[in-house]
Amino acid sequence: MAAITLQINGKAHQVDLDPQMPLLWAIRDVIGLKGTKYGCGIGQCGACTVHLNGQPIRSCSLPVSAANNLAITTIEGISADAGHPVQKAWIEEQVPQCGYCQSGQIMSAVALLQKNPHPTDADIDAAMRGNLCRCGTYQRIRKAIKTAAAASK
Amino acid sequence: MKQVTRRSFIKSTGVTGIGLWLGISGVHGEVRKAASLAEAKNITPYILIEPNGGITIFNPRPEMGQGTFQSIPSLIAEELEVSLNQVTIRMTNGEKAFAGSQWVGGSYSVRGSYQQLRKVGASAREVLIRAASNQWGVGADTCYAEEGKIIHRPTGKSFTYGELAEEAAKLELPKEPKLKEAKDFKILGKAVKRPDIPLKITGQAVFGIDSEVPGMLYASVQRCPVLGGTLKSFDSSDTLKTPGVVKVVEAVRKVGIYTYTGVAVIADSYWAAVQGRRALKVEWDTKGYEKFSSAAYDNTLRALAKKDGVIDKTKGNIADGSIKPNQKLQAFYETPVVAHHTLEPLNCVAQVKDDKLELWTSTQVVDSVVGTGPGDLHAQVGIKPENITLHNQFIGGGFGRRLYLDYLIEAVNIAKQSDKPVKVIWSREDSTQFGPFRPMTFSQLSGSVGADGTLISFEHKVISPSMSESGGDEYDKNKVDGTMVEGIGEQDYEIPNLKTSYVRADYHVPIAAWRSVTSSTLAFAHECFIDELAHKAKKDPLLFRLEMLSKPSDTKRVLEKLREVTNWDKPLPAGKGRGMAQWKFFAGLSAHAVEVTYNKAKNSVKIDKVYVVIDLGEVVNPDNVRNQVEGGVIMALSAATKPGITLEGGKVKQSNFNDNPQTRIHEAPTVEVHILTEGGELKGVGEPGLPPLAPALANAIFMATGIRLRKMPFSLSNIG
Repeated sequence: MAAITLQINGKAHQVDLDPQMPLLWAIRDVIGLKGTKYGCGIGQCGACTVHLNGQPIRSCSLPVSAANNLAITTIEGISADAGHPVQKAWIEEQVPQCGYCQSGQIMSAVALLQKNPHPTDADIDAAMRGNLCRCGTYQRIRKAIKTAAAASK
Repeated sequence: MKQVTRRSFIKSTGVTGIGLWLGISGVHGEVRKAASLAEAKNITPYILIEPNGGITIFNPRPEMGQGTFQSIPSLIAEELEVSLNQVTIRMTNGEKAFAGSQWVGGSYSVRGSYQQLRKVGASAREVLIRAASNQWGVGADTCYAEEGKIIHRPTGKSFTYGELAEEAAKLELPKEPKLKEAKDFKILGKAVKRPDIPLKITGQAVFGIDSEVPGMLYASVQRCPVLGGTLKSFDSSDTLKTPGVVKVVEAVRKVGIYTYTGVAVIADSYWAAVQGRRALKVEWDTKGYEKFSSAAYDNTLRALAKKDGVIDKTKGNIADGSIKPNQKLQAFYETPVVAHHTLEPLNCVAQVKDDKLELWTSTQVVDSVVGTGPGDLHAQVGIKPENITLHNQFIGGGFGRRLYLDYLIEAVNIAKQSDKPVKVIWSREDSTQFGPFRPMTFSQLSGSVGADGTLISFEHKVISPSMSESGGDEYDKNKVDGTMVEGIGEQDYEIPNLKTSYVRADYHVPIAAWRSVTSSTLAFAHECFIDELAHKAKKDPLLFRLEMLSKPSDTKRVLEKLREVTNWDKPLPAGKGRGMAQWKFFAGLSAHAVEVTYNKAKNSVKIDKVYVVIDLGEVVNPDNVRNQVEGGVIMALSAATKPGITLEGGKVKQSNFNDNPQTRIHEAPTVEVHILTEGGELKGVGEPGLPPLAPALANAIFMATGIRLRKMPFSLSNIG
C-alpha cells in the first residue's frame, strides 16, 4: 500500500492503495466517479480515457502511483452543466447510442481540439482511432468534432 | 427529464415500500393504492400524475442504445398531449402490471407497442378531458388537451393534469380511444432530441457496472479455458494471502443446456479480486475437449454439406430434368463465429439475504429475471420469484448477449456464499472467451438460369450447429431449427423452383442470438449467390432482382428506392465497383448498396459510401433510426472483415480487442440512410440494418475486381 494524492477535477484526494492498482479502478471505485468506464483493461478501447496534465491517457493501463499529484480530468470535470462545446456538439449531432464509450470519446475529442482546433478528417482519425464504439457512432463522432470546431471559430 | 432511480423516485414521491412497486397486480388496482400514498394518481400503470402537475411515464423497455428511453414514452406522450421535457421517464423493474413487455430484442419494442401505447396515452387523455368537462359541466367535445392541460375551447379556461388527476383516476378508461391523426403529431415522426443523451455525455448515466451497493464486495471468476471442461480441484492458499481477498468459492453458471463451474475470488476491490485470481491454482478435467479445433470442425461442416438436409421449404420441382448442366451454378459459402463484444463487460451485483435476492445489473430481459416461467431466473437459482428484486440500469450494449441470464445466475450463486452483496465483473478476456457466441453457418447453394436469363431454380442448404438446441429450447434434432434457416425461404423473389433445407451439426460450444441473429450470416451466402446467378444471366444484379419482383411488394419498393438514391443506372468510373443486397426477415427489411474503389497495385479496396433503404411502416424518431442503421453497418462491417472467434486446443484463441479487433473510426465509411414508411406493416429498426451489408460489400468487390468472396471474414487490404 502507498499514500497517494489524486488531484481529480481540481480536488485533492488522499488515498492509501496498492500502487499497482490501475488509475481507472481508483477513479471509479475509490473516488466514486463512475463516468470513466472499463472496457478492455489493456488500452485498446479508450473507454477509460482521462486527461493527465492535459494529455489523454488510458487510465486502465496506468498504475495509480504514476498519477500521484498530477492533474487528472475526468468526464465529470470538463464542464459543470454539459456546456463544453464538445458536449454541446454531441447533443446537436445526437451521437451516443448505448453511451458506454462516449465518456472516453469525448475526453479524446476534447484533447484533440485543445491541440488542434480545426482538425481534418485524417487528424480526427488519428486522434480517435483508439476509441472503440461498438454501436458504431463514428460518423456522428466525426461530424460532432467538426461542429464543435466550427462553434469555436 | 432525468433518469430516476428507484431510490430517488421513492424520495421524490413519498411512495415507499418495495412491495408496492414489485407486487403490483392487475392493471389499475394496486398501482393506484400505492400511488395514493403520495397523493399521486396512476391513471394507467404507465402514467403517474402528481397534484403539482409532475408527470411520470413508466417505460418497460430497457435502453441498450436502441433509443427506447425516448421512443417508448413518445408513443404515450404524443397521445397524452404532453411534451417529453414535461415528463419524468422511469424504467420499470419487473412490476407485474408491465409483465410480458419488459424485455428488448428482435427489434420488437416499437413495432410491438406502437398501437398499444398510443392507446394508453389516448385513453388517459380522454378521461382527463371527461374529468374537466364534468367539473365545468360542459360537453367533452368543447374541451381539448394541450401541453399537460385540458382547455375549454369557448372560454379558454383550463385545468392542469395535476388538478384533474384525482377525478380522472376514478373514471373508467375507454378501451378504444380515438387516436390522433398523423398530421397532428408533435413528437412521432420528428427528430426529437433523445433525453438520455445529456446523461451519456456527462458521465451521469448509470450502467449496470456502475451500480454501487453499500458494503459490497467484488468478484472475478476463473472459468475453464477449455470450453466444456469441468472443475476438478483448486488451491486457493496463495489467493487467500493476496491483500484484499476475502473468500474463494465455486461459481456455477448455466447457459442453455450447459452448466459450468468456475472459481470466484471475492475481494474488497475488483483489483484485489483480479490479483487473487492470478494466484489461483485450478485443475480442470477437460474431458477430451482439449482436442477440439475450429479448423477440424470446419472440415466436419464441409463434409456434412454432402448430406441431404431436412426440408425447410419447397416450391415447384428443384430437380427439374429439363434444366441443362450448363445452366446450373453451385457455390459454397462460409461464415465465422463471432463474439458480441458489448462494450460494457458483463456484470451483476447480487445480494442474497435469507431467501431474498436483490440484483443490480443491465439486462435485456427484465421479465425473465422476476418472472415465474420455467426458464426464468427463479428456477435457475432456487429463489421464489416474488422474492427477487431487480434494479436494471442503462445497458452498455446488448446485441443479444444480455438476453441470456447466465451472468446473473453465476453472480447469484456467488452471492449465496457471501454475507455481503457481491459485484461480479467479467474482464474483456472473460467476455471474449466464454460465449455464448454467434454460431457460424455454412451454406451449400445451387441454382439455374434459363436461356432467357431468368432464374429457374434456387436451393439453399444450411449446415450449422443449432441455436435452439444450445439454448435448451424444445427442439427435435431430426427437424429443422427455424432459427438456423431464418429468412432463406421468405424472400419476396418469385422463383418457380425453390428448396431450403438444414443439416444440424453437433457442437459443444454455447451459441446465441447476435444482432440480426442468423440473418447476419445467411444473407451473405444467399444474396451473394443471387448476385452470382445474375452474373451468369448476364444481367445487372439490381435489375435481375427486380425482374423477380413482378408483383407489388415491400422488397420491390425498397429496391426501386435504392435504384433511385444510388443513381444505379449511371455507370461508375473505371476502378470503382458497386454492389447491392437486400434482406427480409422476422425483424424487418432493408437493402444496401456499397460503392468501393479498387487499388489494383495494393490489391486493396476502400469503401466509398454505403446507401441503406430501410422499410418501417411507421417511424417514431427518424434521426434515431438513421443512427441505428449507421451503427448496424459498422457492426456488420466488423463481422464481415475482422477475424472471428476460433478455438484451438479447445480454447478460444482470441482474448481482447488486440487480437479480436472491431471496426474503428478510420475504417468507418459514410452511410446514407433512407427511411420508407409507405408499406403499412410495422417493421423493426435495430437489426434489419445489418444483414445486407456483407453481401452488398462482397458483391461490390466482385464488380470492382472480378474476385468472388465466399468466405467471411474477408480482408479489404488483401482481396481474394
